[in-house]
Amino acid sequence: MISTVAEQGVGDGSAAIKPRRVVPDVTVRFAGDSGDGMQLAGTQFTDTSALVGNDISTLPDFPAEIRAPAGTLAGVSGFQIHFSSSDIFTPGDAVDALVAMNPAALKTNVRSVKAGGIVIVNDDSFGANDLKKAGYASSPLEDDSLARWRVIRVPIDKLNQAAVKDSGLTAKQMDRCKNFFALGMCYWLYDRPLEPTLDYIVQKFGKKLPAVAAANAATLKAGYHFGETAELLGEQYRVEKAKLAPGVYRKITGNEAVVIGMAAAARLAGKELFYASYPITPASPILEGVADLKEFGAVSFQAEDEICAIGAAIGAAFGGALAATGTSGPGVALKSEAIGLAVMTELPLVVVDVQRGGPSTGLPTKTEQADLLQVMFGRNGECPVPVIAPASPSDCFAATVEAFRVATRYMTPVMLLSDGYIANGSEPWLVPDFAAMERMTITHPTTANDGEEFLPYLRNTDGSRPWAIPGTPGLEHRIGGLEKEDVTGSVSYDPANHQRMVRLRAAKVAGIEPAGAAYLWTGPQSGELLLLGWGGTFGAIKAAALELAKQGVAVSACHVRYLNPLPADLGDILKRFAKVLVPELNMGQLRLLVRGKYLVDARGLNKVQGQPFTIGEIVEGAAAFLRGEIASESRIVSTELPTAQTVLSSEG
Amino acid sequence: MSSAPELNVLKPADYASDQDVRWCPGCGDYSILAQMKKVCAKLGMDRSKTVFVSGIGCSSRFPYYMNTYGFHTIHGRAPTIATGLKLARPDLTVWMVTGDGDALSIGGNHFIHILRRNVDVKILLFNNRIYGLTKGQYSPTSEVGKKTKSTPMGSPDNPIRPISLAIAAEATFAARAIDIDIKHLEYVLERAAKHVGTAFVEIYQNCNIFNDGAFDFATDKQSKADTTLYLEHGKPLIFGKNREKGIRLHGMNPEVVSTAEVKADDLLIHDERTSDPSLAFLLSRMRYPDSPEPLGVFRDVEQPCYGDLVAQQIADAKAREGEGEIQKLITGPDTWTVT
Ligand code: SF4
Repeated sequence: MISTVAEQGVGDGSAAIKPRRVVPDVTVRFAGDSGDGMQLAGTQFTDTSALVGNDISTLPDFPAEIRAPAGTLAGVSGFQIHFSSSDIFTPGDAVDALVAMNPAALKTNVRSVKAGGIVIVNDDSFGANDLKKAGYASSPLEDDSLARWRVIRVPIDKLNQAAVKDSGLTAKQMDRCKNFFALGMCYWLYDRPLEPTLDYIVQKFGKKLPAVAAANAATLKAGYHFGETAELLGEQYRVEKAKLAPGVYRKITGNEAVVIGMAAAARLAGKELFYASYPITPASPILEGVADLKEFGAVSFQAEDEICAIGAAIGAAFGGALAATGTSGPGVALKSEAIGLAVMTELPLVVVDVQRGGPSTGLPTKTEQADLLQVMFGRNGECPVPVIAPASPSDCFAATVEAFRVATRYMTPVMLLSDGYIANGSEPWLVPDFAAMERMTITHPTTANDGEEFLPYLRNTDGSRPWAIPGTPGLEHRIGGLEKEDVTGSVSYDPANHQRMVRLRAAKVAGIEPAGAAYLWTGPQSGELLLLGWGGTFGAIKAAALELAKQGVAVSACHVRYLNPLPADLGDILKRFAKVLVPELNMGQLRLLVRGKYLVDARGLNKVQGQPFTIGEIVEGAAAFLRGEIASESRIVSTELPTAQTVLSSEG
Repeated sequence: MSSAPELNVLKPADYASDQDVRWCPGCGDYSILAQMKKVCAKLGMDRSKTVFVSGIGCSSRFPYYMNTYGFHTIHGRAPTIATGLKLARPDLTVWMVTGDGDALSIGGNHFIHILRRNVDVKILLFNNRIYGLTKGQYSPTSEVGKKTKSTPMGSPDNPIRPISLAIAAEATFAARAIDIDIKHLEYVLERAAKHVGTAFVEIYQNCNIFNDGAFDFATDKQSKADTTLYLEHGKPLIFGKNREKGIRLHGMNPEVVSTAEVKADDLLIHDERTSDPSLAFLLSRMRYPDSPEPLGVFRDVEQPCYGDLVAQQIADAKAREGEGEIQKLITGPDTWTVT
C-alpha cells in the first residue's frame, strides 16, 4: 500500500475526498523516547505552522538525562505546540492530538489529552517488553482504559521501514527516520504543507548525507499519504491564518531572543559584547548562541566555573566592555559574592538567570519562578540589584536590551530573570526595526572631574559614578570590594561613611527609571479582582483574565517586568482593586514582597510542579478566590486531572 | 594628576600611589613593592595602561599602593577578573598579585585554568606559608606538622608546591625569587614582564608577624649558599659557597655531587626553554632540607596566548562572513509576512 501512495504527488487533490473541518486552534503533542527525535518533529511542526501564518506557542518538555534507558518513563521526551487562527498566549491547556511513539510516552502524556481527543500510538512498540518497561501490566490498547480518547493504532515502525527500505541505510538508521513518518501524518491531519520540512531536510543532510536526506523525505511523504489514504485518521482539520498585526514575523525562543538582544545592545552602545558562562541547563543555548556571533566582534568565554564566568565579566566591564554572564539558579548561588563585588565597585553587568526547578540541582529541565527572592536578597550585606523579568519568549529581546541600558546608565549589575519555559518555548515575533531603536549613550571620562583631580565615586544626578576605564591617562584609580569612601572611592572604615554609602547605593537602585514598560496591563483600570504576575506566566495569566472577563468578572491583570525597583505606581494600582491574587510558579515570592511593601492582603495561587500554569488553573483559582475559598494566604494548584478536560475537542 | 602624555622618564617613586602602605613594619611585601616599582620604571611601563589585579589577603593590598589602574577583588578570584580584563582589553598590561591561601586554596581552580589557557597576565604569588590577614592559620603551603592557631597539634596537610602545580597546569613561565634578595627579585620580575603569556612567579615572602623565619634557610648568610641554587639557562646546576657542589641526574633523581669529582659536562644543564616540562617539574620537586631549592626561571617557553587565539577567531569570522549585520541577525533566516 505504501509503495503505491509514495508514488503520488502531495496535494494532488485526492485529499478533497475526505471532509476537512475548520477549527480555531489546535494543540498537538509529540511524545516518545529521548532518542526518537520528538524535539525535532515538534520544532519542524512549529516552523511550518509559523510559516503558514498561525499564531504559535510551544512547550518542549524533556528529561534531564540525555538518554535515559530506552522505553522507560524517565526517558520520555515531549514537545507540545499550540497553533491558532487568533492571538494565543500559552502552549495550550489540553492536547487535541497526541502522538505516542511507545507505551511510556502514552502513559506519561495521555492524561493531558482532552476527552474525545486523538491519540496516535505506534502499534509496533507495544510488545510485552515495551509494556513492562513502561510499567503496564497489560496492554492499554486491549482494555478499556483509553476509552475516553479516540485511539488510532498505526504500525509506524513497519510503515516507516517500508518507506525507506530502498534507501541503502542500516536498519538502525532507517528506524531513526520514523519521527518524520509521524510528522508527515500530522501534517496531513492538520493540512500543513510539506515543503518547509523538505527544504530543511535538504539543507541539513542534502550534501553530506544524501541517503539520509532521501529517506527522511520519503518517510515524511509516506506519513502524509498514509493519512490521506488510510481510513484510520478520519477527517482533516484546518486552522486558518491568524490575524496578527501586519509586518514581517519570525519564530523565536527566549534564549534566542536573549542572544540577539545582547548583540543588539552592544551595537546600540557602540561596544563589543563580552559574554562569559559555564554550561548549565537551561541557559547553555545562550553561551552557544553568543559563540556563534564572532563576526559581530562578540567574545564568548566558557569559564571553568560559575564564579570565573562572572569574574571574567566583571573584569571585562572594568575594561569598558558590554559584559554579561548567564546561568540558572544554582549558578546564581555561586555567583552571589561576585555580584556583591559588582555592586560595591558599581560596574555595569547583566546577569541572566534562566530559572529552573530547585532547590539544589532540583529539576534541571523544568520551569519554576523560585529564584526571585534569591536574586533580590541572596547576597551578604545590603546589596540591592535591579531585577527585570521578561514576560514571554520574544520579550526576552527587549528585556535584554533594557537590562544593558539600566546597567550602563546606573553603573550597576542587573539581574535578567528568565525561566525554562520562556527560554525554550517559542512564539511568533514581529521583527523589530533595528534602525528605529534608541542608541545607548555611554561616556567614559577622559579628564579629571573635580578640578585637577579624578574622583571615581563622584556621582551624577542618577547617582551613578563615572565609568573611567584603564588606558585613560591621568585617571588611574583603584577599586575593590572594601567599603569606599564617598566621592573619592578610597578604602574607608568610617562608620558614618559606611551608612551613607549603603544608603547611596540603595537610593540609586530605588530611583531607577525603567528603560521599557514597568508592567503589562490587561483589562480595566480598577475592579473587583487584580491578577498580579511576573515573568513567564504572562501568557497564562492574560488568557485567564480575558476568559474571566468573558464570564463577567471585573478582572484585570498587571504583569510586572521591573521587579526591582517595583513600578512606581504599583501601590496605587493595588488599592484600586478589591482583591489581589498573585499566581506564581513558586510558593509566593512576589506575594511576600508586595505584602511587605504595600501592606496589602494579596493572596497566592501557587504551583511548583515544574510545569507552567494552564489557563484553566488560573481561571479556577480566581473563581475559588472570588467565592472566598482562599482563606489562608495561598492556594496550591492541585495535581489531580483538571475537570476542564471533559470538553470534547471535536466540539471546537 | 595630570593628563599630559607620559614619557619614559618615570622614576620608581612615580609609580607609588598616594595611599599609606599598611603592611606590618618589617613585612617582606615592602621589598616586593619596591622592586616592582623599580622594574616598572626600568621598563618605562605606561601607568595608564597597566592594571594590578589582586584577590584577598595581605599581598592583595598591593594594587592600592601602585599609581596605576588597580582592582582589589574577592578571595581567590583575581585570575577570573584578570582574564576577563585582558580578553576585553588586549592593549593593557595586566599584573596579578596573590598569596598562597588566595591562589592555592580558595582560588585553586582559577589558578590552574589561567595558567593552562596561557592568558597574557603576570602572576606574583607571595608565598609566606601562613594566613596573615586572618591572623595566623596554616596555609596550603605550610609544612606538615606546622603548629598554628587552627592546628594546635600540628598540620596534617601535605603542602602544595606552587611551581610543581603551575608546571602541571601547563605554565609557560614559572620562576621563584626571595623577597630580600632584591637584585635577583628584580631580575625575575623583569623576566616575567617580558614573557608573552602567563608568567608565574613564586616569591618567598617573610611574614614577620605570624611565620617569621619561614625562609631563613634560604636567606641566612651562613647557609644560603648550600640551601639554594640559582638557575641559569644553559649552565650546569652548581651551588655552594665555593661552587663546590653540583647536581647530577641519577636515573630520574637529582643527586648532589662534588664538582671536584664530576666534570661540568656530566652535571645537569639547565634548559628553561625546552618544550618538555619534565626538567622544570623535576627542579620544582627539589626541596630543602633534602636538596638545595632552585631560584630563578624554571621554565620560559613560547606558546600561543589565549587572547590572541580568541582575537584570531573573531578576525577569521569577520573575514569569512563580513562584519555582522544586526538587522539580519534579528530577522533570522525564516520569516513570513502578515498583510
Ligand atoms: S601579617 Fe604578615 S604578611 Fe601580613 S602584612 Fe603583617 S607581616 Fe606582612
